[in-house]
Amino acid sequence: MHDLLLIVVVAGVTLLTRALPFLLFQKKTNPVIEYLGEVLPYSIMAMLVVYCLKGVDLLSGNHGICEIIGVLSVVLLHVFKRNTLLSIFGGTIIYMLCVQIIFI
Amino acid sequence: MNISLCILIINRGIFMQRTIKEAFKASIPIMMGYIVLGMAFGMLLESKGYGVIYALLMSVFIYAGSMQFVTINLLTSGATLLSTALMTFLINARHMVYGLSMIQKFKDMGKRKPYMIFSLTDETYSLLVGSQTPEGCDEKEYLFFIALFDQCYWIIGSVMGSLIGSMISINTTGLDFAMTALFIVIVVEQFLSSKQHVYTYLGFIVSICCLIVFKADAFIIPSMIGIIIGLLVMYKGGQRDA
Repeated sequence: MHDLLLIVVVAGVTLLTRALPFLLFQKKTNPVIEYLGEVLPYSIMAMLVVYCLKGVDLLSGNHGICEIIGVLSVVLLHVFKRNTLLSIFGGTIIYMLCVQIIFI
Repeated sequence: MNISLCILIINRGIFMQRTIKEAFKASIPIMMGYIVLGMAFGMLLESKGYGVIYALLMSVFIYAGSMQFVTINLLTSGATLLSTALMTFLINARHMVYGLSMIQKFKDMGKRKPYMIFSLTDETYSLLVGSQTPEGCDEKEYLFFIALFDQCYWIIGSVMGSLIGSMISINTTGLDFAMTALFIVIVVEQFLSSKQHVYTYLGFIVSICCLIVFKADAFIIPSMIGIIIGLLVMYKGGQRDA
């Protein structure tokens, strides 16, 4: 039940963010909101990268070696090839090989 | 009288067919991306024990790529509804900018307008914002079908991924990294296409500090608050161009 409610909340709030400009700013816009809408994605996406890697333990276990290799592969692939799908799947496959074969 | 009515209906049919065909052509660049990324989403969701119904429900009603990946995490970690709402709002805040620039374009969409607003993802936005309605096509229908085709690709991809994940037993250890990779790509892309990197740095610094202070399970809300305060301070400080 909680799972379904959670999906309803995500769906509802997502729709809200999409509908808000149409509901509020038919005529005039608010400069602060416009500014936040413009710059927030940069900070939030950086935060999401940290969120994804929050469980990595650099001090024990494998010291996050697979994560470091994975992150570097994605960054390098993207800088040099600039192909979103290639970067995502190339990096993911390298990471999966690392955790499944090299460090069991 | 009857004959002219028939001709009118046939003409209208040909007109529609052409519009749908052109909209399909325009949506092709998104097709591969949505089907493949949708499949990764479906497989990941399935590997966490949520079956095809969940994939379908989420892709039909949420329909937001990166947010759906985060939702998998929220589901498995048993997040509260309040933190879910906050997280959704901030991750999707960028949609407000898309909406702002679509107010004019969607003005005369009539009964299709609610769907146009609902389906305004990053990818659909990128198609609509630069779209030129081809000659002999109805603009409203053209935009509507682009948006509809895009969502179909996403739904097909996620359902396929979920089904493949449930039928073939693949060792999915490490598949979670697809979400990490997606966000890294977005950050790198933002970094390469913008000159001002201060907002990206702010995001990293605030969230890493919060991670150290508040630990992994509780750092996300303090980070979001910290980021907003930081951005508002920078606004007051006159730093405006991204």
